[in-house]
Amino acid sequence: MTPKTSIQARVSPVRSLETVTRRSTGAAAGLRPEVVRLHHSKPEVPKISLHGVTLSYKTNDGKRLIALDNIDLKVRAGEFLCIVGPSGCGKSTLIHLIAGLHFPTSGQMMIDSNPITEPGTDRILIFQELGLFPWLTVGENVEFGMKMKGIPKAERQEKVRYYLQLVHLAQFKDSYTHQLSGGMRQRVALARALATEPDVLLMDEPFAALDAQTRDLLHDELERIWAETGRTIIFITHNVREAIRLADRVALMTFRPGKVKREYAIDLPRPRQLEDISVARTVRDILDDLREEIDKSLKEQYGEEVHA
Amino acid sequence: MSNSLPKKIARHGIFYAGLIGIWSLLAALKIWPPYVFPTPWGVWESLAAGFADHSFWIAIAVSMKRMLLGYGLSVVLGMILGLGVASNKFLEETMGGLLVSLQSLPSICWLPLAVLWFGLTEKAILFVVVMGSLLSVTIAMEDGRKQMPKIYKMAGRNLGAKGLQLFWYVLLPASLPFILSGLKQGWAFAWRSLISGEMIFISLGLGQLLMMGRDLNDMSQVIAVMLLIIGIGYIVDGLVFKALEYRLQQKWGLAVS
Repeated sequence: MTPKTSIQARVSPVRSLETVTRRSTGAAAGLRPEVVRLHHSKPEVPKISLHGVTLSYKTNDGKRLIALDNIDLKVRAGEFLCIVGPSGCGKSTLIHLIAGLHFPTSGQMMIDSNPITEPGTDRILIFQELGLFPWLTVGENVEFGMKMKGIPKAERQEKVRYYLQLVHLAQFKDSYTHQLSGGMRQRVALARALATEPDVLLMDEPFAALDAQTRDLLHDELERIWAETGRTIIFITHNVREAIRLADRVALMTFRPGKVKREYAIDLPRPRQLEDISVARTVRDILDDLREEIDKSLKEQYGEEVHA
Repeated sequence: MSNSLPKKIARHGIFYAGLIGIWSLLAALKIWPPYVFPTPWGVWESLAAGFADHSFWIAIAVSMKRMLLGYGLSVVLGMILGLGVASNKFLEETMGGLLVSLQSLPSICWLPLAVLWFGLTEKAILFVVVMGSLLSVTIAMEDGRKQMPKIYKMAGRNLGAKGLQLFWYVLLPASLPFILSGLKQGWAFAWRSLISGEMIFISLGLGQLLMMGRDLNDMSQVIAVMLLIIGIGYIVDGLVFKALEYRLQQKWGLAVS
């Protein structure tokens, strides 16, 4: 069981950098596999809950492929959850389902107490390929979701300014997206998602295509923005270090069929440095678990002779 | 060859001066009578006279009005049709094939039918213009809709756009680079259809001026009007569509050729 004090600190609705640090430093062990889910100890409705979510489809040769197998997952309001898994494990598919862009074959998906049946601005997905609109300026991109919602122009302008400042891109408001660097585009996508003021931010390997320095910087910024805005974040990555750098909790997915193999609570103090011994140890433990899945995925892709 | 602007202008100047020189020479040799082969000066005078007595202005205005109406109509209809065809498997298979085969029919072939349906009215001309460009626009729209990266549609839905909003703010701008050449082709077809329609079906417009020149044995006027038709086509293509293309390339960051 999770210690009681830790639970109370975790569900605290107030989120600022101080609370984040305070509640994290209390935890001695960096890693507790098979974490007991919090709703058991407190009758609180999770922000997002998945129950028995399964997705299967027919392949061209008529076989039935199970992409996602009976996924149960609960995410607390304000939590930073990272989903880690080898490529092809269905983690992108899973987050598309949560975004409401596709439907599961069976199972239930809820946000607060409402079923997820279509895309909604209460959860905004940042795509791996971003999907910024090239025909709009940076400012217009950030404004887009608000415009669709019918928010008055003056208010939109103000929020565009605010969110562009938040990601340090205020002076690029009138640029087009192709004029920006990869890291800057990433930040535009973040601002665009935040500007619709969703409760939940869904991020699908958003930093995978960036160089290491830019990624480090964006990790810092994302952590800061998460602390400032108190959003719930579900973050997909294949990079264990990235997951541990950012997450309150890490869910490890298996390769085909995609299942949640294990969950880890990451109780390390923030901001985390990857060089810290406790961080490195946590990374290694999860990597050991992940290796098995990566092996499976590689064998599928390259045949039996490969040893990772 | 160098590409600096003054040199380019100089090359063009030399070419056209040469062309007009040869023309003048041929006309001066008087191989053919002037009503068959006019002088450049005669054509110039016809042009000036036509603009001076407003007959050219009126013809241009009438033709452009027909163009804008007809082309506008076929863009709207073509977009709806194209979207329908692109988003429905059944329509794609059946109507898609029909559209392609219909495109091999020169649009002026619709004129007899149009006259029987609508009589000698503006509607008949409009019908021919619409039939001339509708298919190009439809096919372009269908292609554009298919070529457009799917991510934009997903991103749009994800940000709360649906239905008409999604079409207007996402699907349409996202497919514009892919449909622009089709829109341009549609314009060119509409322009050809209009002029041929006006030549047969006489009621004002540039096509009628052309036929009037023939009826009066006024070759200078015929050539003057032909130059006008070329000029307008060139201006629309060069100014409107080129500008649109350039703007798109600037925004999307595509290479400017």
